[in-house]
Amino acid sequence: MTDDVLLRLSGVHTHIGSYHITHGVDLDVRAGRLTMLLGRNGAGKTTTLRTIMGLWRASEGEVVFDGRPITDLPTPDIARLGIAYVPENMGVFSQLTVRENMVLATASGRFDNARLEEVFGFFPILKTKWNDRAGLMSGGQKQMLAVARAIVEPRRFLIIDEPTKGLAPAVIDHLIEAILRIKASATTVLLVEQNFHMARAVGDDVAVMDDGVIVHRGSMGELAADEALQTRLLGLSLGSHQ
Amino acid sequence: MRKGDLAAYAVLPVLMAAALPFMSFPTWLTLTVAGAAMGMMLFLMASGLSLIFGLMDVINFAHGAFISLGAYLAANVIGELPGLVEDPSWGASLATLGAALAVAVAVTAVVGWLFELVIVRRVYGSHLRQILITVGGLIVAQQLLIVVWGANAVPIAKPAAFRGSIVVLGASIEIYRLVAVVLGLAVCVALEFILARTRLGLLVRAGVENREMVEALGFRVRRLFVGVFVLGSALAGVGGVMWGAYQGLVTPAIGPDMMILVFIILIIGGMGTVGGSFVAAILVGLTTNYAGFLAPKLALGSNILLMVAILLWRPRGLFPAVKS
Repeated sequence: MTDDVLLRLSGVHTHIGSYHITHGVDLDVRAGRLTMLLGRNGAGKTTTLRTIMGLWRASEGEVVFDGRPITDLPTPDIARLGIAYVPENMGVFSQLTVRENMVLATASGRFDNARLEEVFGFFPILKTKWNDRAGLMSGGQKQMLAVARAIVEPRRFLIIDEPTKGLAPAVIDHLIEAILRIKASATTVLLVEQNFHMARAVGDDVAVMDDGVIVHRGSMGELAADEALQTRLLGLSLGSHQ
Repeated sequence: MRKGDLAAYAVLPVLMAAALPFMSFPTWLTLTVAGAAMGMMLFLMASGLSLIFGLMDVINFAHGAFISLGAYLAANVIGELPGLVEDPSWGASLATLGAALAVAVAVTAVVGWLFELVIVRRVYGSHLRQILITVGGLIVAQQLLIVVWGANAVPIAKPAAFRGSIVVLGASIEIYRLVAVVLGLAVCVALEFILARTRLGLLVRAGVENREMVEALGFRVRRLFVGVFVLGSALAGVGGVMWGAYQGLVTPAIGPDMMILVFIILIIGGMGTVGGSFVAAILVGLTTNYAGFLAPKLALGSNILLMVAILLWRPRGLFPAVKS
């Protein structure tokens, strides 16, 4: 493993029941960079993220984080390595308040006030809704809470699954701004996204999945500039998705 | 309070008010206190099971064995303290009941831990296997109770100060029932405090809603579940102590016989919520007592009818736990 690779997947296969979803995923995520994982619906992106987190087990292959194999570690142990996960459905506890949602993501049960203020800087609405039940918030606010929860304490690696799904354009722009600020703090991020506007705005590196395997790796800038490659890999051009 | 909770809470006063025109006030008061006391004892038995189901989706049909075990242990402890049991002072009676409760809590908690370790842990995620193995566990446990305590009913005396009745507003109210109400309320308040005010409670509430996400935040839900299972078993033991002393006789079936009502409470209250179990248990207690007085032939089926009525109105129970 080269020094700057924080996460490496080598030949990872994942089965869900009798379904064979990923067929040997090889993926490197470099430290301090934001890697986009793109692909059509059903390509295996979410399965790959869940396999990294140990929520689904790899039936073959290896997941290595910072030089340490984590393929067979239980999910809580993987999280304790400093990996935060924002699932596709956000995973917000709707019956808990915003504060309770956030405090669950702290190791000690106490907030670092300076860090919390920094998070409020990304998502001011959370300060306003601090003692409100999370279930009463809008979809965009819940997504902000989900991301805020993931960064309320410093993490080494952040995994986010389709944060813009179903959100209004104004909210997406806000999320892009927040993710750019997270990226600027040198946090390594693996981001699955269908919104190419966001992908182009925040991505450093890109991996494209199809039928359960990685079919392309490179820089996001390269992919964004090559319409023919976009069409070949994704079946459409980024330029048509602003 | 969630939207719609007010209507669910209103069921209790509506039921009480609906019964009043059909009987004299003293009779109504007697039956209401009796129903509340029965409800509190049922709540003690049901609340742990509700959390166990809510947190880990485990259906434990052997829960009744912990109720029986608690009752037998109470019979033993009280039987070993004849001087205290017959002492009419409140201090002596509270000490007797406290000793029985302490022993029952300790033993049922340890047995609960072993039961989770040896049996339940192997069947997570499969309701069919859970039902089969916990029903099997219940049968084995009942036979073990017979081996230890015999097949004949074991008498259990109420502590002296808790015997007899007091008259309030013309209604005769058993002192023991008042003790049961106070204990049930204390347990409910303690549980609600733990759930609402502590990090452990926060984890349980979050785990009931989305177990996977709690694990992704770095918490071992499995360990949390063992704690909840042990707590649920201990609460069943407490319920067994109170119910056994109330009945005066303990048989191996004393726990399993209560399980139909316990499951009705879980269904009516909404699986996974302590508050739901509390309201549902009092509803079941009141319905049993009112129906027993007004229409004795209907008494046996009254709680089934109550459950049907509630489910027609709220198919997921009065206070269903939210699951992601």
